[in-house]
Amino acid sequence: MEKKTVTIDPVTRIEGHGKITLQLDEKGHVTRARFHVTDFRGFEKLCEQRPFWEMPDITSRICGICPVSHMLASAKAGDAILGVHIPPTAHKLRRLIHWAQLVQSHALSFFHLSAPDLLLGMESDPQERNILGLVSRYPEVAKDGIRLRQVGQEIIRVLGGKSVHPSWAVPGGVRAPLEPGKLESLQALIPQAIDITERTLELYREKIEGFSGEIEHYGDFSSLYMGLVSPGGELEHYDGVLRVMDGGGKILEKGAPPENYRDIFSEGVESWSFLKFPYYKPLGPQEGLYRVGPLARLNVCDRAGTPRADRVLEEFRRWQKNGRPVSGSFHMHEARLIEILFCLEKISETLSDAHITGTHVRSHAGVNARAGVGVIEAPRGTLFHDYHVDDEGLVQEVNLVVASGHNNLAMNRTILQIARAFGNGSEITEGFLNRMEHGIRIYDPCLSCSTHVVGRHASRVELLGPSGGLLRSFEIL
Amino acid sequence: MSSTPSGKIRLATVWLSGCSGCHMSFLDLDEQLLELNEHIQLVHGPLVDRKDFPPEVDVVLVEGAVNNEEQKEMAGILREQSRIVVALGDCAVTGNVPAMRNGLPVKNLLESVYPVEGGHEPPGLSSGSEVPRLLPAALPLHAVVPVDVFLPGCPPHARTIGSALKALLKGERVVLEQGMCRFG
Ligand code: SF4
Repeated sequence: MEKKTVTIDPVTRIEGHGKITLQLDEKGHVTRARFHVTDFRGFEKLCEQRPFWEMPDITSRICGICPVSHMLASAKAGDAILGVHIPPTAHKLRRLIHWAQLVQSHALSFFHLSAPDLLLGMESDPQERNILGLVSRYPEVAKDGIRLRQVGQEIIRVLGGKSVHPSWAVPGGVRAPLEPGKLESLQALIPQAIDITERTLELYREKIEGFSGEIEHYGDFSSLYMGLVSPGGELEHYDGVLRVMDGGGKILEKGAPPENYRDIFSEGVESWSFLKFPYYKPLGPQEGLYRVGPLARLNVCDRAGTPRADRVLEEFRRWQKNGRPVSGSFHMHEARLIEILFCLEKISETLSDAHITGTHVRSHAGVNARAGVGVIEAPRGTLFHDYHVDDEGLVQEVNLVVASGHNNLAMNRTILQIARAFGNGSEITEGFLNRMEHGIRIYDPCLSCSTHVVGRHASRVELLGPSGGLLRSFEIL
Repeated sequence: MSSTPSGKIRLATVWLSGCSGCHMSFLDLDEQLLELNEHIQLVHGPLVDRKDFPPEVDVVLVEGAVNNEEQKEMAGILREQSRIVVALGDCAVTGNVPAMRNGLPVKNLLESVYPVEGGHEPPGLSSGSEVPRLLPAALPLHAVVPVDVFLPGCPPHARTIGSALKALLKGERVVLEQGMCRFG
């Protein structure tokens, strides 16, 4: 057998354009696995010279699955440029819409994109292995998933006017308050959504008993974890401070102000992907590999902070080995369900807040600072929007650090791990290739967001294997 | 209209250079998806696992602008192999957000976003590498292949998508009600 390259193009049931290439040696063993991001829209450049007021609407078009996260991170960067505190009601409303978005996005990832693999089997018939296949085979589960996603989308629509790309958050607050007449119908959505989430968690636990091989090989390795936590150490998605934890559970950054992100990480560029490769700066590109997203958030927080979520988080920690943070990326599926539960509890709590229908929802000011950073925990992980503007508020420079970028190194490592564990060296089956794709799906990457700049000067780093062969090389900024 | 042995319509969805928001709006059909499942077979798209674009597709919904060589080729294939091509959403209809880069020369754009030194070039500049080459401009779908139905909106409302599909299933012309004909 000759050396050859196998390409999986496109990777399906993920959010964005990506492909996987596998390099096989003479014996048919996988020696290299790469995940390539293949589309580019250049948001950072096309935003230049736009008024920063427009940025929430433009940048939400980066991604149709998490537009609300971009809208909010952008509005928060705008708040910093105005130099204002937004009204307390606006703050609560923004949190509300963001939790709703986490619910819909996680539901999509779990039910529409990954559940076909989990319920029908990683190597099941590819014709059926999708959400409509699920409708035929597991109609109750499919209906639950559709319903849960709908609950999130509905809350977004009621608050922002549209379920995809609402034009609602602005620098200084939000455009419209929540009408008191809508409160009751929103509250009424929650109990059913909580039931769905809890029964899905139960179903998931039963199902994964048959997935021990996957748990072991789908990205189980020690790494750093990064995420926001509240000042009290609770699970946080809208504000808070940055925490970085190492693979042993030691906290490396305990409360970094998010604006200082440039001190915390740096990134590499490779010619084979539009997605960059960030790493934790103090430890360098190899040791500095970190993960973000649901798994990282559940690892870095001390507790969730709501009763139901705290209970299931406690159970989630059964996956810890010797008290170390949960290291298997496969557990992101469970982590998403836990976060959905948390968000639903938070939504319910916030809807009961006496001030939630207040009408003072926007602070007005002009440009008071020439730069602003907005950070948020998007469904897939920490998201930064960093803008520089001139005195008129026209954008001069934009840097976007997107969640899926943070996980780039981890995704590449994961597919290699799967290729080694499940490749048998003699034939490449469709089911084997789907396993690789599932390795990407567990990170639920949002590749539409795949461009940004940090720094300017590149140098080249090469990683060599034990025998001296080139494992990989990349540019360091 | 029916072309599968089961009498189902063969529907494909394609994602060119877009944000997936149009696909999300399609999913916002929610429970109607269950109904739709009785009449259509989803044969290709980011939500299903068939990698190549299959022959004899009845209706294809296309999200996104045509931004790179690979997408241009895809546009040709999907036109060739489908009876009805639907431009789904503003990016496919007008170029929308992806076309905002069109004033900038591709080389400058890529080099400023991916600063690499030492004779290496940024991804996307030339063909033949592992990522496709960007076109000089992001184009609306109709600038590349003939389009049969245009559904505007960023994204089009789920209702708009639902009513267009219903009409197409019955073999009728797509007529958008007032309120469905909007950009943004
Ligand atoms: S039209 Fe709007 S929603 Fe659709 S892909 Fe383009 S930006 Fe996204």
